Amino acid sequence: MNDLLSHGLQGFGPLLAQGTWMTLKLALLSLALSLALGLIGASAKLSRSRLLRLPATLYTTLIRSVPDLVLILLIFYSMQIWLNDLTEMLGWNYVEIDPFSAGVVTLGFIYGAYFTENLRGAILSVPAGQLEAATAYGLSRAQRFRLVLFPQLMRFALPGLGNNWLVLLKSTALVSIIGLADLVKAAQNAGKTTNDMLFFLCLAGLVYLVITTLSNRLLKHLERRYNTGIKELAR
Amino acid sequence: MTATALPLSTFAQAPRAHAHTGAIKLSVEGLHKHYGEHQVLKGVSLQARKGDVISLIGASGSGKSTFLRCINFLEQPNAGSITLDGQTLEIHPGTRTPPPAQLQNLRTRLAMVFQHFNLWSHLTVLENICLAPRKVLGISASEAEARARKYLDKVGLPARAAEQYPAFLSGGQQQRVAIARALAMEPEIILFDEPTSALDPELVGEVLKVIQTLAEEGRTMLMVTHEMGFARQVSSQVLFLHQGLVEESGSAEILDRPQSERLRQFLSNRLK
Amino acid sequence: MIELLQEYGLAYLYSDGTGLSGLAMTLWLFLASMVLGFALSLPLALARTSRHAWLRLPVQLYTFVFRGTPLYIQLLICYTGLYSLQVVRDHALLDQFFRNALNCTLLAFVLNTCAYTVEIFAGAIRNLPAGELEAAQAYGLRGWRLNLFLVLPAALRRSLPTYSNELILMLHATSLAFTATVADILKVARDANAATFLTFQAFGVAALLYMLLSFALVGLFRVAERRWMRFLDPVRG
Repeated sequence: MNDLLSHGLQGFGPLLAQGTWMTLKLALLSLALSLALGLIGASAKLSRSRLLRLPATLYTTLIRSVPDLVLILLIFYSMQIWLNDLTEMLGWNYVEIDPFSAGVVTLGFIYGAYFTENLRGAILSVPAGQLEAATAYGLSRAQRFRLVLFPQLMRFALPGLGNNWLVLLKSTALVSIIGLADLVKAAQNAGKTTNDMLFFLCLAGLVYLVITTLSNRLLKHLERRYNTGIKELAR
Repeated sequence: MTATALPLSTFAQAPRAHAHTGAIKLSVEGLHKHYGEHQVLKGVSLQARKGDVISLIGASGSGKSTFLRCINFLEQPNAGSITLDGQTLEIHPGTRTPPPAQLQNLRTRLAMVFQHFNLWSHLTVLENICLAPRKVLGISASEAEARARKYLDKVGLPARAAEQYPAFLSGGQQQRVAIARALAMEPEIILFDEPTSALDPELVGEVLKVIQTLAEEGRTMLMVTHEMGFARQVSSQVLFLHQGLVEESGSAEILDRPQSERLRQFLSNRLK
Repeated sequence: MIELLQEYGLAYLYSDGTGLSGLAMTLWLFLASMVLGFALSLPLALARTSRHAWLRLPVQLYTFVFRGTPLYIQLLICYTGLYSLQVVRDHALLDQFFRNALNCTLLAFVLNTCAYTVEIFAGAIRNLPAGELEAAQAYGLRGWRLNLFLVLPAALRRSLPTYSNELILMLHATSLAFTATVADILKVARDANAATFLTFQAFGVAALLYMLLSFALVGLFRVAERRWMRFLDPVRG
């Protein structure tokens, strides 16, 4: 296997493997961040306080109306400038933002808006009586969330979550534009050096295809799990 | 107890008078509830002794369901007091919800059966019944399961129903599961919020039969209902609510000999 | 900020002096990909739902590949990958086509949006009420007539909300064009940033333009849904 990777890929196997790992790391960390932001955003949007609802609405509306690539460039370059101003003001040393952290923060921030909408819809889909019964039987707030709301909202949220995850995964390719050595960058470098661009680009595409296919499998499995107790699926 | 449980028409037989002289179990005094400007409850009181079956009747909008939901704080009442076994929760205008521990204590002792069952759809029948006893009362899994099976049997469901999901059961079966869920808390009082209103007519009987059995066992129950024949049959006390106030109350006899014009009207409308 | 707009205002909107640029270029990319992608997706959606495997499977493979990989890779393949092949460079027509960055970009966009659109329409076709199709057959509609007069119109109306979502995503995806040196809004923003170092303002103007475009599109779709989807919700209509 190692032989094939190093010789079959004209010595670029390790580079591509590193790129793949980088892509996966970026995607998973961004997913975690955006899910957390999504949960916060959804709670804020469903809150009774206008003070929480307004910024959350602004966040989802504005972020979702601008292309992710524009936001990536805007945030990456502006963040660096603001940081420079800050360090200069405080008399600290120059700190450079690396593309990886910038990518995680930016993608997490962008997809947090999509997950907010997704989770908000899912929470609203859970019938009120389900939580009411939990309250009436004395379950605490945390128990209501963990034992009743969460398993039920997952059923409504999963299709959207899965979709957003796939979009997020594909968006990680954009982070190579701000210089991250991800799968796309690795393929481009290998292609340039070997003069076999098409082959390496297709190979990178294939790797994405494998990841998305595996993700789909996992999602189908999860959907089946969270759909227990639903009549339509029993037919 | 002379009446047989079914058919339904037999519920209209002679009223049954309880003579409970036990200590007062639950006492609600001057409960007020408003939504904005709209006064739903304008000072409703009620006293339940051990073994009492109290029916709350009234037109829709009279506040009877709200009253029931205020007792276990599904709705936050605005004023009044609730005393359960000598422990009093005072609610003054502007007070926040009682502390969680106190609230939880109250709720575990008052189990509720809902109009739309509200069984947790992602859990099996058995899991539905075991959830609160295990997570709230903290009893062991095996003990909870034993309880669940005991009460499933009591409400007349076959043992194999335990592994089903609620969506696969009929409305009558679901409501009986919901009653088993309430029983498994071994509560001091069971609150029924229109337990048969969401059921197809042919399924009402099976649920009423279960409730009647519980009444005969001497369980203390509060029941919002539209089933007048049944209320007459099982109640030791009837409260007629009108626009947020108790218009008339007394033994089940008031259903046959209403004193107030409003109750008379309400009952004659019912019969049409 | 004023200096930036004085210098690059026109470029942001429609011309950088050498040709179409900015908003106008983005709109052109969007409309061209939409029209071509839509036209291509109709027969493919029918093929995707066909009973014949030889029609269905190739389309399925196509949508699987294009929906499973990033658009950026597809664009790179069209723009740099294919042109690296000697065959392409030797063939006069292909050489001419692939030497033009705009052609490559459009090719990638059309193939990409078409793949998503095919799945949206195919899903709607599969979910059409069986009774309506039966009724059409009972009245003698068959073959291409059935598809043209009943299946496609019914499916298109029902997929309007999902399709409008896809179009917004595609509008956003056009911002990738700058990586292939096409002078769209984002390319102007980058040039402006490089020249003035007003980073936040330069990209901020671009973000604002995309935002306005998105809101305009959403508004248009609202109107379209009210017109074409009323039949699904007679009470509100």
